[in-house]
Amino acid sequence: MSGADRAGTHRPPTSAALAVNGSVELGTFRLDIDLAVGAGEVLGVLGPNGAGKTTLLRALAGLTMLTTGQIALDGERLDDCAADIFVPSDQRPIGVVFQNYRLFPHLTVRDNIAFAPRCRRTGRRESRAIAQRWMDRLGLSELSGRKPAELSGGQAQRVALARALAADPGLLLLDEPLAALDARTKLEVRAELRRHLADFPGPTLLVTHDPLEAMVMTDRLVVIESGQIVQQGPPAEVARRPATQYVARVVGLNLYRGTRDATGKVALDAGGTLIASGLLDLNDQATNGAAPTGRVLVAIRPTAIAMHTTRPEHSSPRNVWQGTVTGLELLTDRVRAEINGAPPALVDITPDAVADLDLANGRPIWLSAKATDIDVYRDPA
Amino acid sequence: MIGFAFLMLPLVALLIRAPWSGLGSLLSNSEVLTALRLSIECATAATLASLILGVPLAWMLARIHLPGMGLLRALVTLPLVLPPVVGGIALLLALGRRGVVGRYLDQWFGLTLPFTTAGVIVAETFVAMPFLVVTVEGALRSADRDLEEAAVTLGASRTTVFGRITLPLIAPSLLAGSVLCWARALGEFGATITFAGNLPGTTQTMPLKIYNAFETDPEAATALSLVLLLVAVIILAALRDRWLRGSPSA
Repeated sequence: MSGADRAGTHRPPTSAALAVNGSVELGTFRLDIDLAVGAGEVLGVLGPNGAGKTTLLRALAGLTMLTTGQIALDGERLDDCAADIFVPSDQRPIGVVFQNYRLFPHLTVRDNIAFAPRCRRTGRRESRAIAQRWMDRLGLSELSGRKPAELSGGQAQRVALARALAADPGLLLLDEPLAALDARTKLEVRAELRRHLADFPGPTLLVTHDPLEAMVMTDRLVVIESGQIVQQGPPAEVARRPATQYVARVVGLNLYRGTRDATGKVALDAGGTLIASGLLDLNDQATNGAAPTGRVLVAIRPTAIAMHTTRPEHSSPRNVWQGTVTGLELLTDRVRAEINGAPPALVDITPDAVADLDLANGRPIWLSAKATDIDVYRDPA
Repeated sequence: MIGFAFLMLPLVALLIRAPWSGLGSLLSNSEVLTALRLSIECATAATLASLILGVPLAWMLARIHLPGMGLLRALVTLPLVLPPVVGGIALLLALGRRGVVGRYLDQWFGLTLPFTTAGVIVAETFVAMPFLVVTVEGALRSADRDLEEAAVTLGASRTTVFGRITLPLIAPSLLAGSVLCWARALGEFGATITFAGNLPGTTQTMPLKIYNAFETDPEAATALSLVLLLVAVIILAALRDRWLRGSPSA
């Protein structure tokens, strides 16, 4: 590869198989990225549409050039603007599973999977043997002679994965791999895909806007919004302590920015005051395990908020405030009420409670939440 | 309905007046067979030449985005609307023995195109190639670039992508374009007679033969016309699926 001879001085740490540090500018859009993925690690890239997830994936695949910075895989530079190195896509050791799979419609399942080995000038027979091994592994042998048009969504997804893996890639890139599937198939394929990803020895990047997919299938999450990384960490950590409204919304939490004073009261930017003492950040060295003061984020689960028709008198919750119902949405087993107040909140209650409280749009309502159910942590922004 | 009748009437007349009884002997006439064979050979050669020159041109027009590409595209289709006689004269001025380029072909290589079978092929290619270019260009334009991109990520070089992905995807349009091109070349008259002349056995293709025969032996001309009509109907039948269903290449 073109960069191999001069890569010596800038090798990324050996633990990171993939290291990206740079930017891509496309017209007025700019993506800034700085991340590393270890061998065998599955990094989820989560973000709303247009955040730059696919641009990141295309830069890694060699379909888009970095504007500044560099990409290194296993110590070899794939893209380095300063050194004028760019390894074109067809020479990168990558496997890409595209959103709509992009299977070749005129080729059979077997020839689709044998495509990459054939491109490497492997003989026809050997290529077919490689394809056969992957078909066996992914349970596709019976579909060998079919054309993509004759496959179900789940089958097509597996063929796309097999086709990418048959290239024997050093880096696996998946762009919304389950987005094209219906809900039921998604469930089956998700577990299966997770298993196959666990078997893959190299770094994997999984781009998604589906929070469940991101939580279940990845080892670590990077959240991108408007071309910037806004949060990263283990999925559970991201889910518990969202750093932005977008993340809070996808993981289903109420999130408020505010300022916490020494007495423990948090004055919220959105209006209102909350006393929060839940889930102190023991790893936060700056506060030595105590709740932080200054700029903080406050997160409340929609189920941790109780609703009352009158002001609760006898209850212990330290946080009580008033609001108005502005929306009701039926989730699978509960109802999510949208409350406008100071602060506004999403509250999950049982359908029974909706009837008991006689909820309807415009109805005034009292909300309460225990201080211990409200998490407070430092605002990274 | 009147429009349809107008289109069909001459063809029906041709069928009515065709000398059905003498058809066999007329068509086994060696001169006719020579002209027919020459026509088919030249049209086929012109189609091959169009494929070799036209497919890369179509690819360029469809895929390269440079200022002036629109003008180039318009120029390529010019022979479609140019009267073939004008095309023939233009060819003579370019490739004739005293032509802009033809002069050097003659001086340096002893190559003369006018009044040779090669000249017929050149004239037919000039007139018929735009049919192929336009059809293939449209297909390339609408071909799925995503699939080509997927092939690249799997390690396919440019030529592999073209050969294994792009070409198979546009195959139906390529075939249709070739058939159109061949049919146009087979019926070519104006440019051929102007540039290549009307020499039996060398440059006298079926349309020229029919024109000649019409002055001496109208019955024979009718019979020969019938043959070309038959060819046209066969082509139409072959392309029926494409046109009746109105579906461009998949």
